[in-house]
Amino acid sequence: MPSTPPSTIQRRITSVEMCDIVKRFPGVLANDRVCFDVRAGEVHALLGENGAGKSTLMRQLYGMYQPDAGEILIDGQRVEFHSPADAIRSGIGMIHQHFMLVPTLTVAENIALGLPSSRGPVLDLDKVSARVQELSAAYRLKVESDAYVWQLSVGEQQRVEILKALYRGASFIILDEPTAVLTPQEVDDLFATLKHMVSEGHGLVFISHKLNEVMAISDRVTVLRDGCMAGTIPGREATRDILVSMMVGREVKPLAPQPLQAGAARLKIEGLRAQGDRGTEALRGVDIEVHAGEIVGLAGVSGNGQRELAQCLAGLRKVTTGTITIDGKDLTHTELKAHIEAGLAYVPEERMRDGAIRDFSVEENVFLHDHAAPAYTHAGIFLDFRKMAAHATDLVKQFSVKTPSLDTPIKNLSGGNIQKLILARELSRKPKILIAAQPTRGVDIGASEYIHQRLLEQRATGTAILLISEDLDEIRSLSDRIAVIYEGHIIGIVQRGEATVEEIGLMMAGVSATHG
Amino acid sequence: MSEIFSVTVLVGILASAIRLATPYLYAAIGESFAQTSGVVNLGVEGIMLVGAFAGFYVALFTGNLWLGLLAAVIAGILMGLLMSFISVTLRAEQGISGIGLFMFGLGLSSLLFKTTIGTVKTIVGFPPLKIPVLGDIPIPLAWWLLDKTTLGLKTKAVGQNPAAADSLGVSVLRNRYFNVCLGAALAGVAGASLSLSLVNLFQENLTAGMGFIAVALVYFGGWRPLGILAGALLFSTVNAIQLWVQVLGIGIPADIAVMLPYLLTIVALAVTANRARQPAALNKPFERGEN
Ligand SMILES: Nc1ncnc2c1ncn2[C@@H]1O[C@H](COP(=O)(O)OP(=O)(O)OP(=O)(O)O)[C@@H](O)[C@H]1O
Ligand SMILES: [Mg+2]
Repeated sequence: MPSTPPSTIQRRITSVEMCDIVKRFPGVLANDRVCFDVRAGEVHALLGENGAGKSTLMRQLYGMYQPDAGEILIDGQRVEFHSPADAIRSGIGMIHQHFMLVPTLTVAENIALGLPSSRGPVLDLDKVSARVQELSAAYRLKVESDAYVWQLSVGEQQRVEILKALYRGASFIILDEPTAVLTPQEVDDLFATLKHMVSEGHGLVFISHKLNEVMAISDRVTVLRDGCMAGTIPGREATRDILVSMMVGREVKPLAPQPLQAGAARLKIEGLRAQGDRGTEALRGVDIEVHAGEIVGLAGVSGNGQRELAQCLAGLRKVTTGTITIDGKDLTHTELKAHIEAGLAYVPEERMRDGAIRDFSVEENVFLHDHAAPAYTHAGIFLDFRKMAAHATDLVKQFSVKTPSLDTPIKNLSGGNIQKLILARELSRKPKILIAAQPTRGVDIGASEYIHQRLLEQRATGTAILLISEDLDEIRSLSDRIAVIYEGHIIGIVQRGEATVEEIGLMMAGVSATHG
Repeated sequence: MSEIFSVTVLVGILASAIRLATPYLYAAIGESFAQTSGVVNLGVEGIMLVGAFAGFYVALFTGNLWLGLLAAVIAGILMGLLMSFISVTLRAEQGISGIGLFMFGLGLSSLLFKTTIGTVKTIVGFPPLKIPVLGDIPIPLAWWLLDKTTLGLKTKAVGQNPAAADSLGVSVLRNRYFNVCLGAALAGVAGASLSLSLVNLFQENLTAGMGFIAVALVYFGGWRPLGILAGALLFSTVNAIQLWVQVLGIGIPADIAVMLPYLLTIVALAVTANRARQPAALNKPFERGEN
């Protein structure tokens, strides 16, 4: 073992076993007699398509849900967790698929939340900060403990989540899609931290849709399919093909799009400037053109203006100067509705906040824009529920969205399925221009392939697509041209196949390309 | 007209303003606890009425003002438990539950008043507060509780992101019950400050909308104790001016003078509307495990 500061583990667990776990939700059998075990000092990856039941299984280990049947054993002893508090006490920590942080509180406050203080009822944030600094040095998880969480980048927020678990002395840590929102560099850093934790005797559960990550870090891999066990294999035997066939039951091949003759410029952005949420200038003169039948990939480290650009294009953010033209029509200062009417579709990055209404049903979410369209109304006044249901059923089937019914509130769908539904809605409107921000984030491999295919089909029909993504593989395999955004402006544009990953990576870090 | 600027009048206005601020302040600080934990309690008015009645009744028949105050606190807590049960445990829509609680409190206090006391009687109440606002009033305590204690931290987290608090083992249910009941206890005190100190009597609908203004003050004050204090003082000052205008018989119709404070509330809310500090989970019942 490396000579690092004393381990954080307070109560050492040597094994956690989940046996024959069954969990039902209304209309869904989320886990069907699943067995899963983790030992100290190993990374056990949990794999499966969207809605396969990964999060549900882990939420039971963390005390958020109680299994309908089956048992959980820690070091051979049967345990029953009634709330996360019980799981934490037993030494289990969880980093959730959607971050569980309070943005208006500081890092130290988020970490201290719910813990007793050394000064009784009075907070001892200085002590907390000191300990956080120790941990962050020991595990190379750099954060500032008195920064507010809303000020942090996604990567930093991730580190706070891990520190939260370590601070509580967790010996077993579940990481539910921790890499979905990270840049490649951040993923490397995270892996270094995880390896260090394993060497100290932590047991880790790692959930991801990215197979190369799973293969890189796992000692064992368990695959779930439709709530059932598809099997457990040792990490070194795992290959992409084996994992995919266990997960999907068929082959999934990476795409090779055919070059297309791009048409006229459909979306023209010139000298665009706009402010960010905190009043600073987020866009500082962006120029991009997207032609009919073309996919332009916008690469960049998150927080360099991608979100603001997408919002300006969708008509959701005020433009300071510059112009946005769609099919020759000036839409710089118009509202969302004009943009939708001009044929623009928008798949937002924050799907739960900006793309869907959580308490609305699947069907209602399909009709957020088009509820007044003549095709779905009687005389333009009354909703035609039959046609609406038919259309929604159609989309759910086409995009294989896993949902018990059309009436299920969307908040009860798994993360990837929400994304598929939003994409289905936007593509079904036959847009002329599509702004897709992180369209496959958190989406499983089969569905990603399907989404990519649909994007290419859309491109073939002449849609101009701006694909905003932090996934370089996705950008490189789909885009006709790649634009790199850095600190609010386009630092370079390259043709497909013209630049290597390293060159794009350098541009993402702010180094302009010498050629092009 | 220049009379209104004379020293005696100004001092008088100030003194009444501080006196009048008490009920608003207690009720609004109480409401801010409930709201910080994510529960809008529109029933403050009803709780104040029940508190005012309970306090007055007990004081009248035992002759002990402190017992009266205790009764007001207990009555407030019982109302708070009712509100929490409906809106936190049963997850009913908070606005509607609050309105229901208000009507219940209004009806209950009137009914009990008619069947037990019957006619308007007065008592010798607590002497008006001697020390100007800060000392006697819960502002520093509220600030300390929210910003310096583990309880305050939990409360803020539960109001901003209950799922995050829950995932760290904080009981969202217990925290919301506690804060709603603490708020209701303070609303009970606010009611008693009317019936046991400011007016020394009880009558039907004694509070006449003060509880609703207290709710508005929480928004006005941006969920911060000092902001609420500023709001309560501003409001009670305008109220005091309005009373003096009537007393001095300056040529403004009384009805318009009486309207002033309410008008001010609306204007102030519109001008200061700053939702940035609003607890993100305000008005949202919590259920574990949603995306
Ligand atoms: N609270 C809930 N209420 C009702 N149904 C639920 C709830 N949580 C999950 N489900 C359902 O259970 C199934 C499994 O969901 P789960 O979130 O475990 O999937 P997952 O494997 O984590 O998928 P993803 O990769 O998309 O995150 C899904 O069909 C989902 O709709
Ligand atoms: Mg999941």
